[in-house]
Amino acid sequence: MLWFRKGLDQPVRTLTPKTSSTLHGLSPGRPAPTPSRDAAPEDVCPTHALKEHDGVMDVDYTQCIQCRLCRQQSLKNKMNWEEGFHWAQMTSTSLPDAFHHSVHVRVVDAGDCGACLNELHQLASPVYSLHRLGIAFTPAPREADVLVVTGPVTVSMKETLEEAFQSMPTPKRVMAVGTCALSGGIFSSSFAVAGPVDRVIPVDIAIPGCPPPPLALLDGFRLIMGARPENPLDGRVRK
Amino acid sequence: MTEKTLEHILEQHEEMAVTVEPNWIRIAAPASRLPELASQLAPEWAFAGIVPENDPKTQSLRLLYVFYARNGPWVGIEVRNHDQSIPTISNILFAADWQEREMEDLFDVQFEGHPQLGDFVLHDSHWPEGTAPMKRHSWEIRQKTTESRNLSTPRIVEASGSFVMPIGPIFSGTQEAIQFGLETVGEEIVFAHIRPFYKYRAVEKLLEGQTPSVALLIAERIDGLTAFSHSLAMAQAFETLAGAPVPPRVRLLRVFWAEIERIRSHMQVLAGILESTGLSVPANLIQALEEDLLQLSGALTGHRYLFGLVRPGGLSRDWSDTEIENIVDRLGTILEPSQRILDALTFDNSFLDRLEAVGTLSLESASTHCLVGPVARASGINRDLRVWQPYQAYDQITFDVPVQAEGDGYARFRQLCQEIVQSYRIVQQIPPLLPAALSQTEDFGITQAGTALGYAESPAGAVICCVSANSRGMVERCRVITPGLVNWHAFPQSVRHFAFQDFPIILATFGLSVADLDR
Repeated sequence: MLWFRKGLDQPVRTLTPKTSSTLHGLSPGRPAPTPSRDAAPEDVCPTHALKEHDGVMDVDYTQCIQCRLCRQQSLKNKMNWEEGFHWAQMTSTSLPDAFHHSVHVRVVDAGDCGACLNELHQLASPVYSLHRLGIAFTPAPREADVLVVTGPVTVSMKETLEEAFQSMPTPKRVMAVGTCALSGGIFSSSFAVAGPVDRVIPVDIAIPGCPPPPLALLDGFRLIMGARPENPLDGRVRK
Repeated sequence: MTEKTLEHILEQHEEMAVTVEPNWIRIAAPASRLPELASQLAPEWAFAGIVPENDPKTQSLRLLYVFYARNGPWVGIEVRNHDQSIPTISNILFAADWQEREMEDLFDVQFEGHPQLGDFVLHDSHWPEGTAPMKRHSWEIRQKTTESRNLSTPRIVEASGSFVMPIGPIFSGTQEAIQFGLETVGEEIVFAHIRPFYKYRAVEKLLEGQTPSVALLIAERIDGLTAFSHSLAMAQAFETLAGAPVPPRVRLLRVFWAEIERIRSHMQVLAGILESTGLSVPANLIQALEEDLLQLSGALTGHRYLFGLVRPGGLSRDWSDTEIENIVDRLGTILEPSQRILDALTFDNSFLDRLEAVGTLSLESASTHCLVGPVARASGINRDLRVWQPYQAYDQITFDVPVQAEGDGYARFRQLCQEIVQSYRIVQQIPPLLPAALSQTEDFGITQAGTALGYAESPAGAVICCVSANSRGMVERCRVITPGLVNWHAFPQSVRHFAFQDFPIILATFGLSVADLDR
């Protein structure tokens, strides 16, 4: 009772589209495609995310770990940097309409360093308050609509991940979170890594980033729910 | 005092070759004398871990048993392997237990007298015994293809009606993957087994052949929540190898960000403790403050978890004096409400009942495990690398290292709260000390082959990193001893004889990261 009253005394912390536009540090941003003559050379990238292509230095976001080496001071030309958080990509051809109102999410750690998991955990804080958007974490894969997988899938976690996926009821979605989950990232050449998530189970939504900030994660959840507003913090949007 | 003891010990072993390097004493000992030396060092030296390295003369593998003490030099006992077994020291120093199991799995070194070798880092259902992936510089590592995996943990309790309660590898919420087997006859946990390394990513193998710049990127992804300390520890090893002095401004700024990381990491552990006790209002309030710190880091360094900030020889960016002062002010406004919440909790009976005398780890148990970080300090061990072996600019700064005596959950909670206060005190001292900004030098190169040690006190405890580099500046071998590897070892001890409902609370008060252990 005491804590309930103390909680009410606190100011409202929940972000709105308006307040989120005035804050810095919500998203680290990421390199943007840059005309080749002004771009950093391909070989500065430790994960081979930079690829030149028709005069433009393109960024493969499934590889980029946002290490900012392509913007280091000693470079003559640096990559452009884009702010924002609309990073979620649909990787399956179409998503049937099933989850318009709410989704239950089970998170599986398949070798995560802890940063992606903490960003997911941060979604439950009052700042992002994912419950108001109809999203809830659930402890059992059997009750889950969405399986969120973080980390490069390690050899020892591969079967566990497969089992978790199989025990989910259909219809179901898989969301791969973080560069490690999309390509293995910096761990891709390790002998103990079985490969990105899509080599183990089919992936519907991919969210790049190392780690993707909470707003990018919300963007992915809203995409699964069939509504992708300009700002993922917008209230429920009907299709 | 420690140096006198060391002289005394060395006098007894005159026949052993002793190499004295700056801040570093190496004793080449025959394998048979290792237990004797270890037991002589054990009372005053803390055991850091076993570091494998190549003998520069014969290129064969040798093991370095690393010890450290307050204000004394680091001591390494060199033991040659020659493909023979080495006597175990886990009966003298229980802290060596996991390290020996790890060496056996990764390097195929046999430890005579160790009761439980095999099936540790490399789970037997995926890799055959004797795979030893780190022994050679080869990437061809055989993997088993057929055989169903074994998810059972060992059983030792034989009372009637006893059973094992399996937990993990996937369990509640956003928890990391690890497995426990809790043996019980009903309500009480009689014995706890822990089965880690589900998340083994072979970081140490991956580091072989990398440039310092990429090696730091890998190091910070060992444990994302204490990334800055991990890359700082490794950067120091590279800087020692390069012989390049780090500018004073960089040294101070590194301390500055390391302490901000400590505050944020402690805040995250505190939120976890509150959540485990079911106090969701304060848990949410603290979590929101953690988010404020993440945003502060994100806005000023370009990364919410400080990835990519430490570069070999420097930091990836610099800040103006006003920016630094603004960060300190902002920290003050974030910490002020957190202090009020944490103070109010010390009067909350329902909270205290769940933490007091729960998950107790005695001083004796903490010493035999050679624990590090807030967990050790909460059990009465005053061990902190910032004071024991000051690195970067910690010798210019005044701060206290709080220590608790009880070793229970509440002591660990108080420890975290008091460390946050001290970290803020450190951060406040830095702006007036900062020398004027220099243009940063980016040319950093290692030209001489060698082995160097780097270390840092991460929020969870000592990170000790031993790097061998070749003359082209590439990493030959690297060993990272993380606080997770040390502290998880003691966790099963602390849950024994407590009830099932205490398990998640004790787990939260330890505040350990699985990624840090698994690497």
